[in-house]
Amino acid sequence: MDNLNLDQHISHRYNEELEDLRSRVLNMGGLVEQQVNNGLKALLELDAELGEQVFSGDYEVNAMEVEIDEACTEILARRQPAASDLRLVMTVIKAISDLERIGDEAEKFGKVAMRLSDGGNRPTYFSELRHLGEHVKSVLRDTLDAFARMDAESALVTASRDNAIDREYNSLSRLLISHMMEDPREIKSVLEVFWCARALERIGDHANNICEYVVYLVKGKDIRHTSQQRMAEDQDEDNSM
Amino acid sequence: MTKTAETTSSDTQSRNSQLLAEFKETTGNVRVTEPKMRMDNVNVHYGDNQAIFDVNLDLGKNEVLAMIGPSGCGKSTFLRCMNRMNDTVDSCRVTGSLTLDGEDIYAPEQDVVLLRARVGMVFQKPNPFPKSIYDNVAYGPRIHGLASSKDELDQIVETSLKRASIWNEVKDRLDAPGTGLSGGQQQRLCIARTIAVSPEIILMDEPCSALDPIATASIEELIDELRQNYAIAIVTHSMQQAARVSQRTAYFHLGRLIELGETKKIFTNPSHELTENYITGRFG
Repeated sequence: MDNLNLDQHISHRYNEELEDLRSRVLNMGGLVEQQVNNGLKALLELDAELGEQVFSGDYEVNAMEVEIDEACTEILARRQPAASDLRLVMTVIKAISDLERIGDEAEKFGKVAMRLSDGGNRPTYFSELRHLGEHVKSVLRDTLDAFARMDAESALVTASRDNAIDREYNSLSRLLISHMMEDPREIKSVLEVFWCARALERIGDHANNICEYVVYLVKGKDIRHTSQQRMAEDQDEDNSM
Repeated sequence: MTKTAETTSSDTQSRNSQLLAEFKETTGNVRVTEPKMRMDNVNVHYGDNQAIFDVNLDLGKNEVLAMIGPSGCGKSTFLRCMNRMNDTVDSCRVTGSLTLDGEDIYAPEQDVVLLRARVGMVFQKPNPFPKSIYDNVAYGPRIHGLASSKDELDQIVETSLKRASIWNEVKDRLDAPGTGLSGGQQQRLCIARTIAVSPEIILMDEPCSALDPIATASIEELIDELRQNYAIAIVTHSMQQAARVSQRTAYFHLGRLIELGETKKIFTNPSHELTENYITGRFG
């Protein structure tokens, strides 16, 4: 049983609808995670076929967003959910839009992989993305995990890791800029790497948003636009209560 | 999700009884800075059965307070204490303190008829008198001697019907019987009858449960307007209605006031698990 007691309504149909909603989001999260993993793999290994697969796979992510949106609208209209049920529906509506945009970033990886493998010459510096990529993948995995378990504590911990991603992105940017200054002929291909790094950083931001929604879902507290320090203080307060 | 229906519902049931056993005091602030009516340690017994347990609650000026809770939770009983409607029930005993503007409404010298003019009530079923529309509204002002002339009485009737948003529908047939109106119109007529005696508080006991959605919407609109001049306490089984019309919501459960809070908070993030279980439909 989960900590939101989704299976405890008088109406069994309502239980099923909410459970179905949650599992659909988990499916969508799984698909998006796979898209990111494959996109990065295609990029790092310049695998055009995999890139193509990721590129076309984004349609499925988009279709899922539309479907889940519809299910949310239907629940709002027919059930008028309140309290934690209402927060669940609100969270889902927001989370799927972030997931869809993560999917768009992954689609970019696929596109770049397809384009570069056509050219035949493998641009340098792509390996620089590997570490940032692993970092973002792990944050995304923990984010989806926190959502699946509706675990506000681990969502907060995961959200706090976004700073590390930003720092890594910034130092990677500096490195890429110095590469461009050293060899202006490489600017075009270094920029490709740059856009991909930027996409990874954006994925981190979307994951961070989803973590914040999970905290809202479980605690009823909107922590968007509050500092990490403030969040930790609130957390201490909750624990001491 | 392999649980059967029976185990699921008994899970919530036992959890809810456990929560009730652990209940000590109301969650949330029951007090307001300027109370119109203040209620302290109110207990109500019907013979040997206790219906209300130590309820503390304020009704503020110009607010709509919604009282919600499952059937038999005591919300109507509590509402009826507020203008001593329970006096008419022989076995009913009310203890504790209820004050209107600081005056004890259960004091021996309190004139109950006068009290009920100050604290008016609208019931679940529209109950117009078997008289004309005009006389329905004029009845209260007449017995309380609020009008010194026919003109003045006409004026009170017109204003009350206007305030109750029914004037335009009945102004050409004030002599027609009140019972001939539609349900929603009858209920608005009853509200006009209540406000004709210039009450300070209006109590409403499920005022819309016999009405269709359109009539309900117009009563709710009216409640919102009436709030400018009166304090309103409303008992309702419709949680959506409580969410729509009230500023604060009180959740009752088996005679206890479990939680009191701003309506916005109660319906998005209630503090007590029993409140959460009730408003989300998790009652076994």
